[in-house]
Amino acid sequence: MNRRIFLKSSAMAMVGVGSTPVWLSRALYAQDAPSPRKTILVAIFQRGAVDGLNVVVPHGEQRYYDLRPTIAVPRPDGTPDSAIDLDGFFGLHPSLRTLKPIYDSGHLAIVHAVGSPDPTRSHFDAQDYMESGTPGRKATTDGWLNRALVTEERKSPVRAVSFSADLPRTLRGLNDAVAIANLSDFQVRDPRGASTFESMYAGTMDKVLNGTGRETFEAVKLMQAIQKQQYTPAHDAKYPNGRLGQSMRQIAQLIKSDVGLEVAFTDVGGWDTHVNEVGPKASVGQLPNLLNDLGQTLAAFCQDLGDRMADVTVVTMSEFGRTARENGNRGTDHGHANVMFAIGGDIKGGKVYGDWPGMADEQLYESRDLNLTTDFRDVLGELVTRHLGNRQIANVFPGYNDPKFRGLVL
Amino acid sequence: MRKSLALGLIFFCALALPARTSKKKPEIDYSQFQKKLPKDLQVVHALDRLTFGPRPGDVEAVRKMGLKKWIDLQLHPERIKENPELDKKIEPLESLRMTQAETFASYPTPQLIRAVAVGRQRPPEDPVARAAVERQVRRFKARQGQDDNMPMEPAVPFEELLTRDQIRTLRTGNNDQKKELLDQLPEESIDDVVVAMPPPMRNQLMALASPVLRRKFMLANQPQQVVFYDLAEAKLYRAILSNRQLNEELVDFWYNHFNVYIDKGADRFLIPTYERQAIRPHVLGHFRDLLEATASSPAMLFYLDNWQSVAPETVKRPNGKAPQRGLNENYARELMELHTLGVDGGYTQKDIIEVARCFTGWTIRNPQQGGDFFFNEKVHDKGQKIVLGVTIPAAGGKDDAEKVLDILANHPSTAKFISKKLAQRFVADNPPPELLDRMAKTFEKTHGDIREVMKTMLESKEFFSAGAYRAKVKTPIEMIASAIRATDAQVDYAFPLAQRIGQLGEPLYRKQEPTGYSSANAEWVSSASLLGRMNFALALAQNKLPGVRVDITRFSNDPAETARLVLFTDATPQTRAAIDTALADQKSKDPKVVTQALSAGLVLGSPDFQRR
Repeated sequence: MNRRIFLKSSAMAMVGVGSTPVWLSRALYAQDAPSPRKTILVAIFQRGAVDGLNVVVPHGEQRYYDLRPTIAVPRPDGTPDSAIDLDGFFGLHPSLRTLKPIYDSGHLAIVHAVGSPDPTRSHFDAQDYMESGTPGRKATTDGWLNRALVTEERKSPVRAVSFSADLPRTLRGLNDAVAIANLSDFQVRDPRGASTFESMYAGTMDKVLNGTGRETFEAVKLMQAIQKQQYTPAHDAKYPNGRLGQSMRQIAQLIKSDVGLEVAFTDVGGWDTHVNEVGPKASVGQLPNLLNDLGQTLAAFCQDLGDRMADVTVVTMSEFGRTARENGNRGTDHGHANVMFAIGGDIKGGKVYGDWPGMADEQLYESRDLNLTTDFRDVLGELVTRHLGNRQIANVFPGYNDPKFRGLVL
Repeated sequence: MRKSLALGLIFFCALALPARTSKKKPEIDYSQFQKKLPKDLQVVHALDRLTFGPRPGDVEAVRKMGLKKWIDLQLHPERIKENPELDKKIEPLESLRMTQAETFASYPTPQLIRAVAVGRQRPPEDPVARAAVERQVRRFKARQGQDDNMPMEPAVPFEELLTRDQIRTLRTGNNDQKKELLDQLPEESIDDVVVAMPPPMRNQLMALASPVLRRKFMLANQPQQVVFYDLAEAKLYRAILSNRQLNEELVDFWYNHFNVYIDKGADRFLIPTYERQAIRPHVLGHFRDLLEATASSPAMLFYLDNWQSVAPETVKRPNGKAPQRGLNENYARELMELHTLGVDGGYTQKDIIEVARCFTGWTIRNPQQGGDFFFNEKVHDKGQKIVLGVTIPAAGGKDDAEKVLDILANHPSTAKFISKKLAQRFVADNPPPELLDRMAKTFEKTHGDIREVMKTMLESKEFFSAGAYRAKVKTPIEMIASAIRATDAQVDYAFPLAQRIGQLGEPLYRKQEPTGYSSANAEWVSSASLLGRMNFALALAQNKLPGVRVDITRFSNDPAETARLVLFTDATPQTRAAIDTALADQKSKDPKVVTQALSAGLVLGSPDFQRR
């Protein structure tokens, strides 16, 4: 089956005869139509600054244990409360055990000591910088994920989607992007209004409103069409019930519906673990609970998408890391460098990337935090260039002229 | 001092910073701005631009008074008697009138919780606020592992305050019964009832409660939101009810220009004072005063970090280690880029550093507890600075920054930048250059008299031109306030409207970036936001919004007439035709169907209503 036939049959089956949205029919029938089956980038923001040192544990570094007498994750010993060894030096937090098979299969790459070079330890500023993609520059009005979209003529109304109530900073900008809190809410609720508004906006001479109005109703129809059937994740994948799990489930649904999704975004909070980050055992406490949710979500997503992961990359990020030392409340305070995950079919995984800066006093940033050896834009820039195929990297990360790609993408 | 600086010479050294977006400007056709708007449309146009939308009767009233006289009156809000109904609505919103320190001490912000928990501050006097603080302090202590096992139950149990019948009514009665019971609660036990009531019940009764009681529910359920609740309610009521409409438009404009984000730390309790003291008094005054008021406001000092900017050499640590604090450039950069000169206004990175040095020591006393501005001489950079070519001699102290503000307020780039921003909001996204030149000239001639600049704009032929007519897409707050005003809806609970505005993409007081919201049309027409507008329109006309009532009988069975009532002009043929089809369809199903509400909702959600 060639790609066009595959597309036609799957999309038509989804939409049903007679209600094909304009955009989709354009894509289906036009000779030069772009394939809606593109590479897709899914970005997950862990808001609150996740403690990367307890997520991917440097168990080969004695200083890690010296600096964290009560909250360090024990060295791998095969028990459920110790780190899961990755390469003899690093280990996964035990609550992320669902990710180990993905790592082993070579589709999960980890980058350590990565983050924003800006020294701020303010959540507000650091999230802002990471979403805009311009550390140190507050007045940037659009976000890197919006700029990552390649400009093109025929574009899907749902090429850029955020599963959130508001459009996040990172998706704002020149390209159309849609915020959807929940797929089932994305509609005109009164059926008498829907068709009337559609014809009003289709007929209006108002160019601005006409264009967006058209796109809106196309997007609404697509969303409703793909929801006609109850969505059942494939391969018995089970997403957690929290917001992250449900957002990723809907992102998977959009991807499999072939509606032209290119970038998706969702976020998950709660990582600001100043107090009781880890309980009496490494597998209980605030951080383990969040990691459990994250790990299960990512594993379910990969399982659900199956072979379709060939087109998809998921990347995680968080505004900064946390202090190398634990504080007096079994927690950690705002720090500097952190850890990022990239999962996907074209990811060269099974490896922890990045130079390890060490944790001795003089190796720490400002004598307190993990030092930065990889700029987050090196990671995102590589995904944007080699995965999404956008070569205009200077537009996506303005002012960052010399990215050093780590070779994460095949 | 202001005039004595030789500004003319200093622009040679200005190097343009790299432009933020390198979009090429397309050739713009300004010919429409030469076409005069027909007389009969001028009044509606002026009302659309200078108010949050016309109310029934406004067009006739302005005609009767004369358009010129009405505009002049709007430019002098102090001569307009305020709507007594507005004062009544604002009355319960106590935090609006408090000082920063009072706001800090009265509401359970995270800062107050911590301060009370460690014994640095007493809990608030108000019993409901106190209960909320005490509850959170307990949670805070529990998280810290110092749970003192204090009982969590209210002082008086709910069952002792109300009879079983009363509780049953509150649970299962109809809305009228619940409302009646709430209205009759005895004054002396009302706080106890609020504290003892289960939180889900408070939520359920929120829309039925009187404004005073509702605010108590809010304080008990979402104590951290109360300051925001007061701000948002007041913003909506002022937009909907104020007789000084242009003044309120300008408060919105200038707050947005000098944007501060309510969720950044101490700004949670600093913003009511900021809006009341730094913005409101100056919106039609002199730009230099507005600049001074914002620059020295704790809200801005905190938001853009200047409060912690110090000359590094003043905080050297004895052991020779690097100091923990230093110069912070955030405010200096945004002051020039966003508040005054504009990004292409001719300043360099060096100027940013020099301005930041001038502002060292402009800080806040007890920033986390509502303290006021103070100048901390000890951390001020005492050296000589050169800002935009002007030498500011050493040892100038607090005056260094005053000189910077003088330079910036009197700079030609500022005159241009501010004029353009005003014209983009009130005239069109791409206002004609001749108009901007005249406005900038007025700005320079009057040393930044905002009223005079507004006058130049509002008396221009460009303002009353075909190019300006309906040229702007309403922002979410303009859309929602204008719909309320056009339908003459009675609002008894404005907070849900503020939440709607947030869903449409303009969360009030929550623009994270110092840029503020753009007034450009493209910013406000996203898919999700258009759907939100349509859903709001239908819900409003069909009385499905809590706390908002529309008198449906105002509207006509004739959809064309209803459209005129809402739009104050005729609907476009496309909109009329679509509504006719929808109504015919309804009537074919049920000949007796009442369609006023539907047709009003369709007009409010139409493309026609999204423009002003």
